[in-house]
Amino acid sequence: MAAESQFQPHPAQMQPAKPRRSGSRVIRPGMTYASVTDKISSIVLTRPVDWIWLLGFAVSFLLTMMLIGAISYLLAVGVGVWGIDIPVAWGFAIINFVWWIGIGHAGTLISAILLLLRQDWRTSINRFAEAMTIFAVGCAALFPLLHLGRPSRFYWLLPYPNTLGLWPQWRSPLVWDVFAVSTYGTVSLIFFYFGLVPDLAMLRDRSTSKLGQIVYGLLALGWRGSAVHWKRYHRAYVLLAALATPLVISVHSIVGLDFAVAIVPGWHNTLFPPYFVAGAIYSGFAMVLTLTIPLRWMYGLHGFITEHHLDNMAKVMLGTGLIVAYGYAMEVFMSWYSGSEFETYMMHNRATGPYAPQFWLLVSCNVIAPQLLWFKRFRTNVPALFIMSLIVNVGMWLERYIIVVTSLHRDYLPSSWGMYSATKHDWMLYVGTIGLFVCLVFLFIRFLPMIATFEMRELLHGHSQAEEEH
Amino acid sequence: MTTPSIHLPVLGRNECGDHPDLGAVRAAPQFWRSLAELEDANWAPHWLVNEFSAAAAEWRDGPSRRRFLQLMGASIALASFPGCRRQSEEKIVPYVDDPERTAVGKPQFFATVFRHRGFAQGLLVESHEGRPTKIEGNPDHPSSLGATSTLAQAHVLSLYDPDRSEAVRQLGEIRKWESFVAAIRAAMKQEEPSGGAGIRFLTETSTSPTLAAQMRSLLQRYPQSKWHYYQPVNSDHVLAGAELAFGQRLRPHYHLEHVAVGLAVDDDFLFAHPDNIRLAREFSAGRRVRRGTTRMSRWYALDTHCTITGAACDERLPAPRRHISSLLAALADRLGMRGERPESESAPSDAQARWLDALAADLKANRGACVVTVGDAQPPQVHALAHRINEHLDSIGRTVTLIEPAEATAGSHFNSIRDLVSDINSGQVNLLFILGGNPAYDAPGELEFAKAMDHVERVIHVGQYVDETARRSEWHIPLSHDLEAWSDARAADGTASIVQPLIEPLYFSRSLHQMLAMLMDEPSDDGHAIVQNYWRQWWESGKGAGEEGEGETQTDGGPTAFTLRWRRWLHDGFIPGTAAEHVRPALQAVEAQTSEPAGLSGMAGARGGSGILLDVQLAPDYSVWDGRFCNNAWLQELPRPWTKITWDNALLIAPADAEEHELETDDVVEISVGGRTVAAAVAVAPGHPRGAATLQLGYGRGAAGRVGNDVGSNAYPIFPASGTFVQPAAVVRRTDRRHRLVVTQEHHSMEGRDLVRVASLEEFMRLGGAIGAQPHGRSAPLYPEAPEGLGQSENAWGMSIDLSACIGCNACTIACQAENNIPVVGREQVDMGREMHWIRVDGYFEGHRDNPLVHHQPVPCMHCERAPCEVVCPVAATVHSNDGLNEMVYNRCVGTRYCSNNCPYKVRRFNFLLYNDWDDPLAAMQHNPNVSVRNRGVMEKCTYCVQRIRSAEIEARKDNRRIRDGEVVTACQAVCPTQAIVFGNLRDEDSAVSQAKAQPHDYALLEELNTRPRTTYLARVRNPNSDAQTGGGHGR
Repeated sequence: MAAESQFQPHPAQMQPAKPRRSGSRVIRPGMTYASVTDKISSIVLTRPVDWIWLLGFAVSFLLTMMLIGAISYLLAVGVGVWGIDIPVAWGFAIINFVWWIGIGHAGTLISAILLLLRQDWRTSINRFAEAMTIFAVGCAALFPLLHLGRPSRFYWLLPYPNTLGLWPQWRSPLVWDVFAVSTYGTVSLIFFYFGLVPDLAMLRDRSTSKLGQIVYGLLALGWRGSAVHWKRYHRAYVLLAALATPLVISVHSIVGLDFAVAIVPGWHNTLFPPYFVAGAIYSGFAMVLTLTIPLRWMYGLHGFITEHHLDNMAKVMLGTGLIVAYGYAMEVFMSWYSGSEFETYMMHNRATGPYAPQFWLLVSCNVIAPQLLWFKRFRTNVPALFIMSLIVNVGMWLERYIIVVTSLHRDYLPSSWGMYSATKHDWMLYVGTIGLFVCLVFLFIRFLPMIATFEMRELLHGHSQAEEEH
Repeated sequence: MTTPSIHLPVLGRNECGDHPDLGAVRAAPQFWRSLAELEDANWAPHWLVNEFSAAAAEWRDGPSRRRFLQLMGASIALASFPGCRRQSEEKIVPYVDDPERTAVGKPQFFATVFRHRGFAQGLLVESHEGRPTKIEGNPDHPSSLGATSTLAQAHVLSLYDPDRSEAVRQLGEIRKWESFVAAIRAAMKQEEPSGGAGIRFLTETSTSPTLAAQMRSLLQRYPQSKWHYYQPVNSDHVLAGAELAFGQRLRPHYHLEHVAVGLAVDDDFLFAHPDNIRLAREFSAGRRVRRGTTRMSRWYALDTHCTITGAACDERLPAPRRHISSLLAALADRLGMRGERPESESAPSDAQARWLDALAADLKANRGACVVTVGDAQPPQVHALAHRINEHLDSIGRTVTLIEPAEATAGSHFNSIRDLVSDINSGQVNLLFILGGNPAYDAPGELEFAKAMDHVERVIHVGQYVDETARRSEWHIPLSHDLEAWSDARAADGTASIVQPLIEPLYFSRSLHQMLAMLMDEPSDDGHAIVQNYWRQWWESGKGAGEEGEGETQTDGGPTAFTLRWRRWLHDGFIPGTAAEHVRPALQAVEAQTSEPAGLSGMAGARGGSGILLDVQLAPDYSVWDGRFCNNAWLQELPRPWTKITWDNALLIAPADAEEHELETDDVVEISVGGRTVAAAVAVAPGHPRGAATLQLGYGRGAAGRVGNDVGSNAYPIFPASGTFVQPAAVVRRTDRRHRLVVTQEHHSMEGRDLVRVASLEEFMRLGGAIGAQPHGRSAPLYPEAPEGLGQSENAWGMSIDLSACIGCNACTIACQAENNIPVVGREQVDMGREMHWIRVDGYFEGHRDNPLVHHQPVPCMHCERAPCEVVCPVAATVHSNDGLNEMVYNRCVGTRYCSNNCPYKVRRFNFLLYNDWDDPLAAMQHNPNVSVRNRGVMEKCTYCVQRIRSAEIEARKDNRRIRDGEVVTACQAVCPTQAIVFGNLRDEDSAVSQAKAQPHDYALLEELNTRPRTTYLARVRNPNSDAQTGGGHGR
């Protein structure tokens, strides 16, 4: 194990050729290979447990326990503990599923698409965003399972050989969902893990505890950092990125089809797939900002995650937010243009019906508030950006609430119109998954490098080379 | 379904009678009404709470073989490991010798009756291996004609009610029957010297000839004793009205089939009349609209609250009960009858006058084909006036005939109970037998019957429940359910039927006949023998000779002629030739009437006090009637017509009144009358007459059972002893309290959508029947499809629902519930929007809130040829059969509920929780063995009664033939009193359903969605009179 370091020059011995100029925006000046590695690995290896982490972890852990309690109760008694009814047979479970899946979009987008587009500012946030993706997809995946009336029969949605001679019913978007989400989850996990391997090797080398050496060593899969490793690694990474790219589009398109395939007014809309993808990226970036900003402050990562990063992410939010706004506008337009009394009523009901407050809050959160992002001063104001990211997160959750609830609660026959209101079990499950998500994030930052060390060093290297060529 | 068996062997004495006291062990709740209760039940399995399952007592009773077979399937769970909750171990015990005429797995049908207000309505009861499971109408019975009502449908659930009384009790303690007999005989002996002067018998309305004969002989033995009778909804005024008009207590018998113009005066005859099923059939017969129809009857209603009869009529005029007599007098005046001058103080308003003018003109023009019917609540004067109007219009003898009342209790119920109370209060009563009924609860509040009971030395109550009366009685004897004891009863037209039991008593219970036989010291209290002996004597006395005799002669060794007759009667479900004769008395002179106090309008009295002055009207409830069905969960959960309220009653009030008095639905008000106060929740009901409010009877009970306790508010404290069903100008006070009324339908506007298509007969004729938006052509399919939508199978099932015929009675909903093992979910779950009914009756209002048109639309599964639900199910749990059924495979369902979201008709129902009771052996006994009992987490919906289709298929295959038209009858179709629902094979062009669908006014609900429903509707055609415009929606 100790032999590896001969192939990888010790960071301390390798200095960047020249001090960096202040023109570089994706990494703070003054960073060296050594300081990058030290800074990032210290969070995992040497830094003592601080009270912020402890408090955050404790709270999120308690919420996770609540989630387990809520799930147990749900499985014992049935989905009737929720507020769902006829006609609103889908409620928080589906809303939360779509919301979490949307959040999970930023990770792969940042890792894969921005990699292929050679956006080097992605480097300092991609690891983090990927981890977030995995956790968000995990939280999302809970809901379709728990949402089943008979969760123990979930595997009937999978095409496995069985004595019944029955396959899933392929015309149902829910079957497509199974494939879309599981593929996305798998590819994201592989991508995440693959990107971690060199850093795990680094942790293995730097770890002082036996346990750390063994665990990180096993996870590093014998990475030695040879030139051959690196060559293959880079090729595979790009290939994986290319593989993951269409998934970013496919997953939420298919989630959009869950609704678009149905004949429910407010769902039956060909706009849904692209508009869902934009919404997903929108909420994904909002969530990345929501997590990045406090962590950056907690661990002093200003050197790696600069205002430039925040600014870029804010711009992506603004862009996708505008697409989402266009989607809303088109929904309104089509409900009128379709000439269908049901569609017209649906839109009228959204704007003026019993769920009008939620609808207008959604419009404020997702359309009106983000217009502030046009201003550079706002985009570089970190606390303001943090608040904006929270607003967008809330807005995107409300969007799914409006789509699911207001479409269903008044559809074709007024005799069957009803109302939906969440019960405490709905909220426990929702808040519980947030707890689980945060809990996993806290564990992640304690046990894995939250910024890709080797990529940061490559970045540093690239910059110094570029400067030499100047 | 028409395979009635002839002979039911005489059931043996109930062996468990030796151990009556063991019946009380049962305690575990089988019903739950709140989530919390359910959770309790789920968290702590029954065996933890109560080691012995609910059937423990049953087993120790030493069941007869027959009962053993009934119980074995359900209750052997006891013998198996108690933790095994869902699937109990079952022993299969084959018959060694097959009982005659039974084949295991094939249901048998037995003819018996349901007593509606005491009057027989013929039934055929389906029995599976000795368990009665489902009630159908008896097509041969004059009061049923094959249909039944909601109340009759729920009859079978009452049989298996776990709250029924199970043992003889003395002051609450369980006693042996023998000790009761000894105590009572001693008490009776004490009364013997005085001729029974201290003995009183109190029954309900009874049409039982056997009971009447028994009572007669009992009264002979104790000549000083008295027979009183009372039930809150009775025929006092009907009979007294005839007495005023004709000098005889007679019952008007209506013949509506050929009525051209009818007027229902405060008469909900489609529901409340003793003969409501027949009347509904005849009512709809005159209103059947088919291609080329140019005539239909026109019905007017003077509606005093929100009745289904008012909704079914063409011209409805809402008016408070108190104003009816003057309105009718005004009508008589317009008809040119002398001496019927309306009282000047309440002359009709302009709108009312217009309405009456139009009505009078219509009546005059249709002399001889008119009828005026009056409801029980109207005072005798109004009935008498209606008789005179009918006479004036030449209706008597044509659309109305008069018959001797069928009941043995044809005197005045209200007088009878009043006399009883005054006798008690003057200390004359030592021994009071309450033979059925619950007067401690349902006697008029001002009589304070319950208090009076305390002054009687000994009260003996015979009843099915340990109810309010039983709790105040010294002795309580469990009364047998009508499905477990022999008796007899007459229909409204006098036709007698034998009440035939289908099962041995589940508990230690007696029939009234057995009870009276014991009081007469008769050696045998065999119910069968008592009833049979009466009819044997009747037959031998030659009274039966009137019926057509085929000259059966007694053959040696064979059954006697009487036995053959008896079997015939049991088989047919009625005794031919027993209908009452029509009498044709002369009208009394009108002067006789003028000396009587005027109708209700004279009772107007401005009572002081703060609060709103409103007439508070009382009415029997569409579900619990007078309170006797309070513990029936099917009925409680049935949405009441018009308001769609479940699990509650409410003070119905007109929207304009509500606005004026600043009342809203769910506000609790206090109604005070004579120092007695009733608190009730307000429900604003469009179409309710102004100036009055209506509260349904039968709620607010404290001792009904687990289902019915504390549901709604008790109206009896303000129930007037005069029998007028109205408290004029009662003081209604607002309170700060709110009580949530649970409804199954919140929106009653069609929102301009083309859901219920309505047209007047004129429009129908003008348009050639093409009512409403015509299909804009089917959109071209994306994929090639079969040349026709019916598929390849030889049967293509479809349904047609005639909205002109539907009266919104809800019978289909409850018949479906009984047939298809549909669970009851309880008030809280209904409130969450989780009721399970597979067929619901949607109600829409059209027009002005003061008097809207009310449209009923039964909505079962549409069985769409292009079902949106099928496409979205990820596991193929809902699929199409090749005979066109949209099938639901419960076992395959994982519960994504996507199908329900995608169903535009929202007919799918989901088991959000474990709604079915898998543990209760009694619930299991009611279940239809041919229908799966659904588990938690699966979707369910109307199947077109697939079990009936498949069994007909099997029968047809055995005979190597096709299924005949009419061979498959769905439960909703069978029960429908107006035959609004037709089901059958669309491939057969001559089938009734194909004929219905070929009608020009056939349309599919939401057909623009291209779902191609197999269930279609015939548009509602009405026959309004444009001259009768009152400004409301009626008569548009």
